[in-house]
Amino acid sequence: MADIRVGTEIPPLQLPPITRSTLALYAGASGDHNPIHIDSDFAKGAGMPDVFAHGMLSMGYLGRLLTQWKPQARIRKFSARFTAITHLQDVVTCMGSVVELIQINDERCARVEIRAVKADGTATLVGEALVAI
Amino acid sequence: MLDRSLIGHEFPNFSVDIEKGRLKFFAKAIGETDPIYTDEASALEAGHKSIPAPPTFLSAVDMEGPDPVPVITLLNLDIGRVLHGAQAFEYFEPVYAGDTLTVGSRVKNIFDKKGGALEFVEIENSYTNQSDTLVARAICTLIYTHPRSES
Repeated sequence: MADIRVGTEIPPLQLPPITRSTLALYAGASGDHNPIHIDSDFAKGAGMPDVFAHGMLSMGYLGRLLTQWKPQARIRKFSARFTAITHLQDVVTCMGSVVELIQINDERCARVEIRAVKADGTATLVGEALVAI
Repeated sequence: MLDRSLIGHEFPNFSVDIEKGRLKFFAKAIGETDPIYTDEASALEAGHKSIPAPPTFLSAVDMEGPDPVPVITLLNLDIGRVLHGAQAFEYFEPVYAGDTLTVGSRVKNIFDKKGGALEFVEIENSYTNQSDTLVARAICTLIYTHPRSES
């Protein structure tokens, strides 16, 4: 894969707006039943304007960004910090680029910086991955 | 302050069957469009032994233990003050529908920032399959916020 070099951009992934249905489905599928994500009464009682998205939902989207770029079996490491809350109706776009090519254990890898960003430019997740190339 | 003597605490291991239907449901919930994650025939055609677990599915596996978030019980945390700060995975082998994973989990570290206003709890998990192969490791960092009046 000689086409991968420092600066190579990963094709971005734009998601549909986050809805209550999105959060209900993710709560069920992930087993994360924390009511702050699915019960408006609970969220308001905790001082939030409304329910908001699971951080791991957006990390799931970042995972899709990676696996639509390269086969999942090539992902060696994948990490993210949660830097802002994703609210209802937010439109999240995942993007990233190659920042370094490195040799690890006889394997050539691309280190990619990745992030999930809201329409107003706020980064909600900032992370990186190590992908064998 | 959270009890630092609990650094190194190991939670009891538990095992989780990776079910095909659950993987399809998870793939749907993250909007996955690649058919290998939802259709077994497509997965087999692409050279997989069954439907693969997506990269972040291990966090769903964590929730399948006897206590979904045992650190909350161990440290007696108020769930309304717990934030997920960061998550990291390291992958060694793929995970497929039909596998059984055993999850080992321990408190890797507890530390604070901003003069104790924020405490950080790192939980390290390991995932071993039915062939005793270590397939992945993960570190989940939780942030515990303290109201100003307490700090």
